[in-house]
Amino acid sequence: MAFRSSTRWRFRQPSVIPGFGLALGVTLTWLTLIVLIPLSGLIWRSSGLGWSSFMALVLDERTVNALTISFGTAFIAAVVNLFFGVILAWVLVRYRFPGKRVIDAMVDLPFALPTAVAGIALTALYAPNGWIGSFLEPLGIKIAFTPAGIVVALVFVGLPFVVRTVQPVMEEIDKEVEEAAATLGANRYQTISRVLLPGLLPAGLTGFALAFARGVGEYGSVIFIAGNLPYVSEIAPLLIIIRLEEFNYPAATAIATVMLFLSFIMLLVINSIQAWSRRRYSNGA
Amino acid sequence: MEVRVQNIRKEFGRFPALDDVSLDIRSGELIALLGPSGSGKTTLLRLIAGLESPTDGTIFFGADDASKKSVQQRNIGFVFQHYALFRHMTVLDNVSFGLKVRPSSRRPPAAEIRRRATDLLELVQLSGLEKRYPAQLSGGQRQRVALARAMAVEPNVLLLDEPFGALDAQVRKELRKWLREIHDRTGHTTVFVTHDQEEALELADRVVVMSKGAIEQVGTPDDIYDHPVSPFVYGFIGQSNCINVTLSSGEIWFEDRPIGLRAANEPDGAATLYFRPHDIELIDGCGGCLAGLVTASRRVAGTRHLEIDLGRAHPPVEIELPPERASSTDHTRVAFRPTKWKLFRKEGDIAAAQPVEEPASQLARTGT
Ligand SMILES: Nc1ncnc2c1ncn2[C@@H]1O[C@H](COP(=O)(O)OP(=O)(O)OP(=O)(O)O)[C@@H](O)[C@H]1O
Ligand SMILES: [Mg+2]
Repeated sequence: MAFRSSTRWRFRQPSVIPGFGLALGVTLTWLTLIVLIPLSGLIWRSSGLGWSSFMALVLDERTVNALTISFGTAFIAAVVNLFFGVILAWVLVRYRFPGKRVIDAMVDLPFALPTAVAGIALTALYAPNGWIGSFLEPLGIKIAFTPAGIVVALVFVGLPFVVRTVQPVMEEIDKEVEEAAATLGANRYQTISRVLLPGLLPAGLTGFALAFARGVGEYGSVIFIAGNLPYVSEIAPLLIIIRLEEFNYPAATAIATVMLFLSFIMLLVINSIQAWSRRRYSNGA
Repeated sequence: MEVRVQNIRKEFGRFPALDDVSLDIRSGELIALLGPSGSGKTTLLRLIAGLESPTDGTIFFGADDASKKSVQQRNIGFVFQHYALFRHMTVLDNVSFGLKVRPSSRRPPAAEIRRRATDLLELVQLSGLEKRYPAQLSGGQRQRVALARAMAVEPNVLLLDEPFGALDAQVRKELRKWLREIHDRTGHTTVFVTHDQEEALELADRVVVMSKGAIEQVGTPDDIYDHPVSPFVYGFIGQSNCINVTLSSGEIWFEDRPIGLRAANEPDGAATLYFRPHDIELIDGCGGCLAGLVTASRRVAGTRHLEIDLGRAHPPVEIELPPERASSTDHTRVAFRPTKWKLFRKEGDIAAAQPVEEPASQLARTGT
C-alpha cells in the first residue's frame, strides 16, 4: 500500500476523461430527486415525533421482533445465496452441458416473475399438503408459515444477484493462474480456497449486499409463505402496512426510518470491505 | 534433473501440434526452444510440465515415467508468459505459496518459509518490495516475482514460456544476462521458450529449433548458426541468402555460368544454394563468381549491408562488408563468391536429397 499512503487524499483524482463536474452534477441531482427527497420526507415525518416517543415506537416488542425477523432472514438468505450462487456461477462458467443456456436464463426468472406469484407458488410447494411440504411434514420440518419459509422466499428472489455479479468476474479468471497453483504443488482444494475464492471476494460481497438489501425490503413473496404471525413470522415491511392501515402513521414512519438506517449502515460496511479488497488487487497481473 | 522426451505426439482435435518429438535434456543445462509462432514450443513445455497430456509417447524425469505423475507431483517450476501471479497476495506470499501448500509432513516451518522467500527475493533483486501487490509492480518486476515463485519449490526442472516476451528490448537484455547468472548460480535444469533467436543463441547451452510441430535441429548455438542442417534452420537463424543453381559435373552454375564452387560428389540437377551475407569474399575480375549491381546500401552498426541485384528473375541478395571495403564498391558492379555455403536439394531435384557442405579450404582450390 506504499503508494496510497504517499498520495494525499484529493477531492478529485486527475483523469484523462473530461466532464467530471457535469457528471457529478447530474449524479447528485438525480440521486436527490429519486432517492434523497423521498427518504428525507420520511425522516422529516419521524423527526416530528420527538425522540422519546420515537424510541417507544421502535422498541415496541412487536416492532423489534419484526425488524429482527426481517434482517435475520435476509442475512441468512444472503449467506445461502452467496454459497449456492457462487457454485451455480461456477458451474455455468466452467462446464458445458446440455441445457446450460436454459439454466442460465432461468437464473434471471426471479427478477422477472411478480413476487406475489413466486410467493404463492412457494407456499403451494412448501405448505404441509404441498409437493415438498408433504415430504417434510413427517420429518417434523415446517417451512411454510415459519421464518424458514421467509428464508426460502428470500433465497428465491435474491439468487440472481449473486450469480450475476460473480459470473463475469469468474469468466475473467485466467486459466494460467490455476495452472500456476497446480505447478507449485497446490491440490484442487487449495487452489480453490487460496487462489480462486479470494479473487472472487469483492464480487461475492457485492452480490451478497444486493441480495441482502433486496431481502430486507422484500414484501410480495414473503407475505404469502410467512404466515404473518406477530412476534414469530411477521416481517417489518408488513408491519408498516399494518400500521398504515390502522392510520397509525407515526409508528409506520418510525419503523421505516429504523429500517432505512440499519440498511444504510450495513450496506456502507459491506461496500467499504468490498472497496478495500478491490483496491488491493484491482487491475493487476 | 535429466528429462527425456520420447516420441511425443500431441493432437488437438485432429490437428497434430507436435509430431514424433524426441529430446534429451541434460541435468543442469539451460536449453532454449526456438521456433516461429505456432511451431509447438508452448505445447512441448506444457507436456513436460504435465499441464497437457500427450496423445502418444513418454516423458521421463530421470528414470521415472512422468506420465504417471500429476502436475503437482512432478515438482516443476513453470513461469508463464503473462506471469500468472496471484493478485490478491503480496509479493512475499506469492513466492512462499509453493512451500505453504505442501502437506504438513514436508512443509518447512513458517519462519523457514519466510527466510527462503526473502532470500529468493534478494536473488531476483526485489528486496524491499515484499509487501507490494502484483498490481503495484512493473512488468519486469512481475516477471522476476514469477521466477522467484517458481524457484521457491526447488523444482526438478524450471520451465519458462517466453519469459521476456512482454518486456521492452532494454529490460529484456538485462534480464537475459541476469537469468544466465541465476542459472549458473543455482544450477537448475532450465528449459525456456522463445521466438527471439538472439535470446536463444546468447543465453542457451543448447538450442532446439522447432518448426511445424517437429524438431528441426538440436545443437549448441555455434552448431545451429554455423552448421544448419535444413533450409528452414538456415533461413530462420540469422540472415541468409538463397539462390537457385544447377549442378553440372560437380560444378555449381548460376544461370549461364559457373560460380567457382564445386560440389564434387553431387549428381547433376537443380539445387538451392544458401550462404550468409557475411560469409563471402569480394573478387576482382570474375573468373567464376556471382556478380550484380548494387541497388541499396545500408550502414548497420559496424558493417555495411549491400543489396545486390543478380538479375531480374531473382530476388536480390544481401552481403555484408566492412565499411571501408564497401565504400570502394558503392553503386557499382560487384563480384563475390560465398566462402561458406550449403546446397539443399528438394525431392524432385534429384533422387539423393542429402545436403552437401564444402569446407572453406576446398573452395580455394576451385576459386578464381
Ligand atoms: N488448447 C489448444 N487447442 C487447440 N489447438 C491448440 C491448443 N494449444 C495449441 N494449439 C495449436 O497447436 C499449435 C502449436 O501451438 P503452441 O502454442 O505450442 O505454439 P508456440 O510455438 O508456443 O507459438 P507462439 O510462439 O505463438 O506461442 C498451434 O497451431 C496452436 O493453434
Ligand atoms: Mg507459445
